Amino acid sequence: MFESIDTSLIDWSRAQFALTAMYHWLFVPLTLGLAMVMGIMETVYYKTGSAFWKKTSQFWQKIFGINFAVGIATGIVLEFEFGTNWSNYSMFVGDIFGAPLAIEGILAFFMESTFVAVMYFGWNQVSKQFHFASQWLTGLGATISAWWILVANSWMQYPVGMQFNPDTVRNEMVDFLAVAFSPMAISKFFHTVMSGWVLGAIFVVGVSSWYLLKKRHIEFAKASIKIGATFGIVASLIVAFTGDISGVQIAKLQPMKMAAAEGLKDGGNGVPFTVVGNIKIPKMLSILATHDIDGYVPGINNLIDGGYKLANGETALSAKEKIERGKKAIVALATYRKAVKEKDVAAKAEAKKVLDENMQYFGYGYIKDPNSLVPPVGITFWSFRVMVGLGGFFILLFIVVWWFHRKDKYQNMPWLQKIALWTIPLGYIACEAGWIVAEVGRQPWAIQDMLPVNAAISKLQTGSVQLTFFIFLILFTIMLIAEICIMVKSIKKGPDVLE
Amino acid sequence: MKGNIISRVWNFYIDGFKSMTIGKTLWLIILIKLFVIFFILKLFFFPNFLKGKTEEQKQEYVSEELINRALTE
Repeated sequence: MFESIDTSLIDWSRAQFALTAMYHWLFVPLTLGLAMVMGIMETVYYKTGSAFWKKTSQFWQKIFGINFAVGIATGIVLEFEFGTNWSNYSMFVGDIFGAPLAIEGILAFFMESTFVAVMYFGWNQVSKQFHFASQWLTGLGATISAWWILVANSWMQYPVGMQFNPDTVRNEMVDFLAVAFSPMAISKFFHTVMSGWVLGAIFVVGVSSWYLLKKRHIEFAKASIKIGATFGIVASLIVAFTGDISGVQIAKLQPMKMAAAEGLKDGGNGVPFTVVGNIKIPKMLSILATHDIDGYVPGINNLIDGGYKLANGETALSAKEKIERGKKAIVALATYRKAVKEKDVAAKAEAKKVLDENMQYFGYGYIKDPNSLVPPVGITFWSFRVMVGLGGFFILLFIVVWWFHRKDKYQNMPWLQKIALWTIPLGYIACEAGWIVAEVGRQPWAIQDMLPVNAAISKLQTGSVQLTFFIFLILFTIMLIAEICIMVKSIKKGPDVLE
Repeated sequence: MKGNIISRVWNFYIDGFKSMTIGKTLWLIILIKLFVIFFILKLFFFPNFLKGKTEEQKQEYVSEELINRALTE
């Protein structure tokens, strides 16, 4: 009666979601970053009344607008896929996931969309003050929008503030604040949004450097680099700081992700950090993961075998024990629903008790092989190093560019200008690598410990998902090409600045 | 700009869209894309398992999905 779920269906559905998310994240971070940069530029215009800064701000607004429009479209598709490809997940998470997305749609997105119209259409229609406010409110709307999306994502990584209701088969929110302000949501918000700010700064510095290389719009380029590099230093340092906080949280809440990101098979105390290959920094992983030089970091084998001491003093369960408890929870759910139908009050109460006792391991009931709890180590390991390595490079680049700009030498350094220009694609790679660590590193879970992807997925025809994957791939690629063409055309045309 | 607030807002948007240059191309691409995704794909490729079901029937369907995927596979 119940056909087994084909693993290729899971892979294709994951691939389709990953494709959409990765395309979406090509547009969003630049929108977040440019919103801030052009906000700063319009603030300078608002304070000085300088036509130069008005035109400078307008140029970056044009680039912002292209990203904004394309980003909306891919974002809608992403939410759409929750219902089509991940319908069990959508039902299971209920309002917890729906509420942040609804708030994002109703409040933040409409706020963003309203003021973005004023920002573009209102230069000669509204007062200078109102336009200034609209500019910042557009950026604020985009940022609040990101907050709620990241709240929803963080809940999948660290489910809190809910209670599973076996009658409705849904997780029901019992503590909105715990969901909205979970430590995972806060650190993810700052880390992710600031990474968008870094990309915005990279983009501004890179494009401006291109103008310097072409010896066009020199004053515009220098002014943009000044703001871009300064903003970039601040944003990239905050990204590094929040990355450190995220590391401690992941070690505590998603230890398997941490072990995979480090390729750590056997953990221990005072664990070194592997840079690449055999290059290791003694004790560094313990410091990063626990902020303690001799802190204990479990490896993949430790997490599968259990038996080590947790931070709260309890002994960690093995994967097999968790699977057993997960199965108990699922059997208890089945017993509960049968008891409800048969109006057997005693059986219902007993089943509910067993379910509550084992609910935190519910998702493990779907796991057949403990080894399937290990995410793809190679891709997580290397994505993490790409993200961190490029993050360090961005800090260095911003400082160097800022320094030489301050000394009025940057204009005569084409080699550095070329590096800044070719750092633009690296900014995108770093952003995507970050999401790969976050999402691939938590496989096989759709919701950490509660629902693996094989239970969350809709029972679709694999062929349909394969076909729609390629339709999406073609559509998104067309969108990306269109966006790049329009953007390159706008950049080549240049700002309408009098110099 | 004269008139009541509704007509002023209306004219604001109409004038704004009329004066768009690159934005028109972009919006056209987006509308085509959304049409393909929401109409064609939804119509032909993604069956709605819960369509026409009451809330109780939906709960029953999902619970059976969740329970049996763990116990029968």
